[in-house]
Amino acid sequence: MSITSGIPSPLKLRPRGDGRAEQRSSADLPAKMTARGVKVFYCAKQALKGIDLDIHENRVLALIGPSGCGKSTFLRCLNRMNDTVEGCRVEGRIALDGEDVYGKAVDAVQLRARVGMVFQKPNPFPKSIYDNIAYGPRIHGLASGRDELDEVVQTSLKRAGLWGEVKDRLREPGTSLSGGQQQRLCIARAIAVSPEVILMDEPCSALDPIATAHIEELIDELRANYTIVIVTHNMQQAARVSQRTAFFHLGEMVECDDTEEIFTNPRDERTQGYITGRYG
Amino acid sequence: MTDLVEQDVSAVTPSPASSSGSNTPVKSRVRSEAFARRLRARHVAERRFRLAGAAAVALAALMLVVLLGSIVAKGSTAFWEARIRLEVTLDPAEVAERNYAPILRRALHAQFPQVTDRAGKRVLNDLLSSGAPYELEAMVAKNPALVGTTLTVWVRADDEIDQLVKGRYRRDLPESERGLSDAKIAAADALLASGALAQGFNTTLFTAGDSREPEQAGIGGAIVGSLLTLLVTMALSVPVGISAAVYLEEFAPKNRWTDLIEVNINNLAAVPSIIFGLLGLAVFLGFFGMPRSAPLVGGLVMALMTLPVIIISARVALKAVPPSIREAALGIGASPLQTVLHHVLPLAMPGILTGTIIGMARALGETAPLLMIGMVAFIVDVPHGLTDSATVLPVQIYMWADSPERAFTERTSAAILILLGVLILLNGTAVILRKIFERRW
Repeated sequence: MSITSGIPSPLKLRPRGDGRAEQRSSADLPAKMTARGVKVFYCAKQALKGIDLDIHENRVLALIGPSGCGKSTFLRCLNRMNDTVEGCRVEGRIALDGEDVYGKAVDAVQLRARVGMVFQKPNPFPKSIYDNIAYGPRIHGLASGRDELDEVVQTSLKRAGLWGEVKDRLREPGTSLSGGQQQRLCIARAIAVSPEVILMDEPCSALDPIATAHIEELIDELRANYTIVIVTHNMQQAARVSQRTAFFHLGEMVECDDTEEIFTNPRDERTQGYITGRYG
Repeated sequence: MTDLVEQDVSAVTPSPASSSGSNTPVKSRVRSEAFARRLRARHVAERRFRLAGAAAVALAALMLVVLLGSIVAKGSTAFWEARIRLEVTLDPAEVAERNYAPILRRALHAQFPQVTDRAGKRVLNDLLSSGAPYELEAMVAKNPALVGTTLTVWVRADDEIDQLVKGRYRRDLPESERGLSDAKIAAADALLASGALAQGFNTTLFTAGDSREPEQAGIGGAIVGSLLTLLVTMALSVPVGISAAVYLEEFAPKNRWTDLIEVNINNLAAVPSIIFGLLGLAVFLGFFGMPRSAPLVGGLVMALMTLPVIIISARVALKAVPPSIREAALGIGASPLQTVLHHVLPLAMPGILTGTIIGMARALGETAPLLMIGMVAFIVDVPHGLTDSATVLPVQIYMWADSPERAFTERTSAAILILLGVLILLNGTAVILRKIFERRW
């Protein structure tokens, strides 16, 4: 196995080497979201060449692959964030609970409330910490009254592991927090509208290792309640936080399997090359 | 989870072996003589450039000082006016007939008992402003109890006397070239000596409308006219301009049509303002039959002229809002409109406000289009509504600059000073609003 030759096996870095049954294979579980033959074009350029992928409930799916391979594009298809990109065209079928998200019956606004997103760069609103969290529930009318809103804000911040750090400064601007805290604030903001799926686009790429560790821990905890898809460049991170991993290369999905399988026993040569650091 | 942190740190810390680079000594090329020469040349070039910049700034400042200095020197005296003190006896019979001029004349003649002939008395009469009787009338109207009493009043002097007091007539010139008779000068000197001729703050300048007589002319009407015009301009161009900018920037698809619209808006911003005046004349006056010289039409024309400026500056401000904010809002399910109203527009507000106020300042200082729609008329009354005949500050300045009387020269400069003051006020407001609305992200 070439894994042993170069970098240390990512699996050795796993925070817990548990052999829980749920992790052995996720492939049999019901899919929360399914993608079938997803093709994306930016004007004339094809970015995705037919992706078939299942996203399982209460699991973390990691999308890995070299830059420009289309993993972020795929992620942004899942909650139709690509709608805002000029000249972007999506073909194929993406379903959430069996319903086509690009269908006529689905409203993008409602979809994005069900499929939340956390971005690469922390992007809190230039408002107070409280208002950052409360904004989503307010516009969706999820909380009636002041007390309920306070409750939502508190729960979201607690789930994002930020409550202890900010509970005395909820009125301060969200931009005054550190980078890692800002990212957790963004996660709390996404949680506040109680989505079913959370998409994370390289959430830790702008953070230091300690803040990254916080976020990874958080992702693992959030898995109990949410389905998570995370794009990452960091293979150790993929190995640490995900149960399933999909490897993208040049707009194709090369391989998708249980994370353990991908990292120990990749079937495709390209996957093996990438995870052992030969390219990417 | 602490072990994860440690592992993570160790994972990213580079091993000591990889950090040590090659230390082979290479003769540095930046130490050579030629390099030192080039470096000196670079520093000289930099000093030269800085000097040129400083010189340009100094030249601009000098020109500003000369310009402002000349205006202030000419115009500052207009804020004072010459007044004559009179002991008037308000005869009830004359008051009843509203015949105030003889009352004033009698009081003035009483101060010159030696003058008995009609020519001499006419000279004395000419010392008083033709508006002085109205001043007295206004006084009586305010306090009818004054009728029948004798009281001391200060009334306006004629503009020639006013200019004489301010030293704008050259006494060393012969009478024929001076434009002011020796007799008048003698009478005025006598009044000055007795303290019956003095200068007071010129409130007329701020409250009155236009007049043929400089001492009765003021920019009150023009200021109100400007305000009304600006009100119409703002009410139309700000909402329309911001809406258009938001639509074009945030919602419109980028295709050939929107490109065409964008090019046209940019071109419109460069169209000479008189063209907008012609358009106003043809469309608003000619086709819709709106009233001539009205602030309503002036405001409409100005709104058309200001719109491109506002749209362009608002689009720039909207473009400057980081896309991450839009993504953040859309990502938690805000509708595009909510994204714009709650996040993008508030962040773009300082820039939009600055553009708007600059557009407004331009509209305030604009003359040409208003000439076309008849706002150049001689209007004595202060306008009370949007359809009343009115003029605006810059047009008033233009008209006064055309008048031959010396006193109007002074008032022209004073009006320019006031216009500049209003513009500075507007721009100052822009800066303050910017500071207030500015938020960091």
